[in-house]
Amino acid sequence: MNAILRAVFEPGFFTSAPVRGALLAGGMAALVSGIVGTFAVLRGQSYAGHALADISVTGGSASYLVGITPLWGFAGVGVVAAAAMDLIGVQRRRGRDLATGIVRGAGLGLAALFLYWGTASTSTTGATVTVLFGSIFTITGSTAAVAAVFAAAALGIVVVLYRPLLLSSASPDLAFARGVRVRATGALCLVAIALAVSLSALTIGAILSTALLVGPAAAALRLTSRPGLAVLWSAVLGLAATWLGVLLAYDSYYWPPVHQGWPVSFFVVALVLLFYLLSQFAALRPPGVRREAASARLTAARPDEAGA
Amino acid sequence: MAERDAVITTGPGLAAGRQETLAVEGVSVRLGGRDVLHDVRFAIRAGEFVGLIGSNGAGKTTLLRVILGLQKPSAGQVRVGGAARARRHAAIGYVPQKIELDPDMPLRARDLVGLGLDGNRFGIPLPSRGRRGLVDEMLHAVGAAAFANARVGTLSGGEQQRVMIAHALISNPRLLLLDEPLANLDLRSEQEIVSLLARISKERGVAVLISAHEINPLLPIMDRVVYMAAGRAASGTTGEVVRPEVLTGLYGHHVDVIHLHGRVLVVAGRGDETAVGPRDDTHVLHADQAAPDRDCEGRR
Repeated sequence: MNAILRAVFEPGFFTSAPVRGALLAGGMAALVSGIVGTFAVLRGQSYAGHALADISVTGGSASYLVGITPLWGFAGVGVVAAAAMDLIGVQRRRGRDLATGIVRGAGLGLAALFLYWGTASTSTTGATVTVLFGSIFTITGSTAAVAAVFAAAALGIVVVLYRPLLLSSASPDLAFARGVRVRATGALCLVAIALAVSLSALTIGAILSTALLVGPAAAALRLTSRPGLAVLWSAVLGLAATWLGVLLAYDSYYWPPVHQGWPVSFFVVALVLLFYLLSQFAALRPPGVRREAASARLTAARPDEAGA
Repeated sequence: MAERDAVITTGPGLAAGRQETLAVEGVSVRLGGRDVLHDVRFAIRAGEFVGLIGSNGAGKTTLLRVILGLQKPSAGQVRVGGAARARRHAAIGYVPQKIELDPDMPLRARDLVGLGLDGNRFGIPLPSRGRRGLVDEMLHAVGAAAFANARVGTLSGGEQQRVMIAHALISNPRLLLLDEPLANLDLRSEQEIVSLLARISKERGVAVLISAHEINPLLPIMDRVVYMAAGRAASGTTGEVVRPEVLTGLYGHHVDVIHLHGRVLVVAGRGDETAVGPRDDTHVLHADQAAPDRDCEGRR
């Protein structure tokens, strides 16, 4: 038993400070991304989330140049870009895609410039690697504290706006008729997405953060018909992918080819993909079958209502 | 013309005032330099079932949007049970023509009905027996219990209509607005939805305004009709409104009304120089859903 445990958890896994930091910060980012991501997917804003991830590269690389933690850059630029996307026009789906594409292109151009300056001035590619692929094992206490505040803000938004968000995802007209302030609700949701993306950018990297935003949520939609449960599933899957990824990255220190450890981001993204594929198999029963089963149960429970 | 004006101004409820659930008072809407609605006025009392009849482009949807507060009128006003515009949503239940939901959206019929109760509230709803009971009761009332736990996106058109009617009714509105609920339904679902709505309006005393381009399915149950063409409206009982003189004034060209086995056919008349253009056949205006709009409406 001990031998198996030791084979799975390489010695020192639970006592290593970087590992504990990674489990904590990574877990937090995964939870927030999973929960907020469910709404991004429901509202058809996966592409917006993807664009915000790309744009956050701009902020991350800029903060490197001025010497502050990339998290401020990720979040700051992300929130500004979210506001810009809302202003340009996110009411219609096509307008939304156009606005997103324009802002994204501009952001990536700036990012290329900043990363070039960073590389040129330090003669290393450290900034590029950290910004693009994350720094889950080297997150300082002060950065983690800021991350916790961002996490609380993002979660606060989706918890408070849970019902208005759900209703306006189903139909903006229906939501308006119920008295929901559809526009403001959508804008705040975009801010939550930007914050979630900035947390994942910090841990697994700006270009991979969409995977944690969209992947667990997409898998969750396959596993349940209940909106609340979908949010929970998404959070659990994101958390599992991140923690398993940290474990595998730690274990991979002795793996070929370089015996230096594989990047944790790779494992996290690979696991997210695996979970998504598994969820497709779990949901292979067509929706109609499930529906008939559900009605059969109901009919059995209430024979008087059958065929009403 | 005089005939039409007479019908409009003698529409029930206007003179009586006060007790009507919905009062539309001289509403006009100008969009892009053209009159989408022109001086539309009518009123609906509690428990009344009123059909808003007109072909595509007649202004029905714009009128519903004005009543909902989604569209500001350029003249006139709408009063809903005396509620101010900002609080109007509490008094109105709205059923849009159709909602587009992916089958994989995790939102069950009962979730959507529950959101009709408190979808505008903040926070996560705690599961409570009272809320669940209300939702179940509503699902039964509209005959949607059998698919209460199915995803809304997987339901048929008629099933979705039932769910949305439950969504709209669960907050006990005084006015129920339905935008073309019979469009795209097969004949059987159409009849089921019509009798469901008739029952609801009587049992609950809720005023119902239902838009449709086809008058016949609603004839047996309508208390009154608001007939629209080219942004103008005439209101009254079907006997008052669905007459050649009135509809001719409304359409701006000659129209005949034919009664056939308890149904009504509104047709553009032969031999009228302003009406039909190159074709001189008689065209059926409303008996057929698909064809007639372009030929007969005499639009611009």
